[in-house]
Amino acid sequence: MRDFSSEGSLHSIGYTACDPLIATDGVSLVLGGRRVIDEAEFSIGSGRRTVILGANGAGKSLLLRLMHGLISPSEGTIHWRGKPLDKAARAAQSMVFQRPVLLRRSVAANLRFALRIKGLTGKERAAREFEALRLSRLTDLANAPARVLSGGEQQRLAIARSLVCRPDLLFLDEPTSNLDPASTQAIEELIFAASDAGITIVMVTHDAGQARRIGQDGLFVHAGRVVETAPVETLLNDPYSAPARAWCEGRLYLDTGSV
Amino acid sequence: MDGFWNILAQSVGLIFAWDPALMEIVGLSLRVTTTAVILACVIGLPLGAVVGAFRFPGRAVITVLLNALMGLPPVVVGLCVYLMLSASGPFGVLGLLYTPTAMIIAQTILVTPIIAALTRQVIEDLQNEYAEQFASFGVGPVNRTVALLWDARFSLLTVVLAGFGRAVAEVGAVMIVGGNINHVTRVMTTTIALETSKGNLQLALALGVVLLLLAVVLNAAVMALRATAVRAAYA
Repeated sequence: MRDFSSEGSLHSIGYTACDPLIATDGVSLVLGGRRVIDEAEFSIGSGRRTVILGANGAGKSLLLRLMHGLISPSEGTIHWRGKPLDKAARAAQSMVFQRPVLLRRSVAANLRFALRIKGLTGKERAAREFEALRLSRLTDLANAPARVLSGGEQQRLAIARSLVCRPDLLFLDEPTSNLDPASTQAIEELIFAASDAGITIVMVTHDAGQARRIGQDGLFVHAGRVVETAPVETLLNDPYSAPARAWCEGRLYLDTGSV
Repeated sequence: MDGFWNILAQSVGLIFAWDPALMEIVGLSLRVTTTAVILACVIGLPLGAVVGAFRFPGRAVITVLLNALMGLPPVVVGLCVYLMLSASGPFGVLGLLYTPTAMIIAQTILVTPIIAALTRQVIEDLQNEYAEQFASFGVGPVNRTVALLWDARFSLLTVVLAGFGRAVAEVGAVMIVGGNINHVTRVMTTTIALETSKGNLQLALALGVVLLLLAVVLNAAVMALRATAVRAAYA
């Protein structure tokens, strides 16, 4: 594996978010004997929009799952508001997956399920359901089965279902992959609405344009290592690490050198 | 061959004549089978859902057992229930032997593993799909089980139907614990066996026709329901 320390890994150029909501301390993950995340150290700023960039298989989605507590690190610690990540921390987070996982129920019933799990009842639940349908522009489809919606509508519902619980942090794992520009725009509007409401956003994307539109902070992952963190404009315009530079310039990058 | 058609014609005549003896037997069969299937569902659906949705020590053993018990020989179940309910057995004092209740117990024992094993498979497949989202939501064990059962309801209809099919066609166990007593424990399958041996083929065949019709009607109803659910993306 190429040593990035000489060319500016996080340890040497470390961009640390102010007021971190999440901070990782030497987090590694070993799966099947392979170190798929290697000593990740970074922080996610509270109220910020952070994009995670990198090639396929770099470990971006695994980082999201680690931060959300869906998988536990083999080494290191993840801190939430300065304390080790626990069940209560996860309850304050929400995650939308690349392929939306919708229950075999109506659009409104999907929203109600999330609200019921959070323990909301009666008027508060109805008010939030109404607001989520309006925000995601799915009011007319409230009684339609969730699984007959288009890809974009399904993803909007998945995001609305996450937001309806009013999390402090929303993880988005490539929410617009395979969506057309109009659907992508609708999703991005939802993300901005969430951000305006004070929700911290952490999103994985392959799209440099989307990273520029949405991101404030950027984090570049290569071969399981967080090789660069910086404000997103800096990361995209003036990347320090060789893998990030290659990615931004649209070149193939191999561990043995750039092509 | 003419004999068969003659007997079939007389059998159909018995059915259309709404023959009281035949209706009594059909009624008792449906009562015993429906009760047994309901009881098997009450036990088997949650059991299958829990085994399918959760990981715990011994889960693999339970799964193997449930699958193996699907093929329980009815006569063995009948014999065991007989020994339990007979005067010298531990539950002999209840006086349940040769009653419809004994038949319900035997059928419940036969059907529960079928419902539980098939439910486990259905729920496990759905759980694999929902697992990360449920973990993300922090869905607790009870909510998870209920949600999985509800979302798999149309698939589970087929499971219940499989259980009903097994129960209604069962003869060995109910013959042993019910005794095939006229007006008390005589159901369709035991009557078919008895009347055939007596040479009363009209009644036996009439009951056979009713059994077949039941199977066709139930299957058609469940298939239609599932097709509707699939079209509406609820299955």
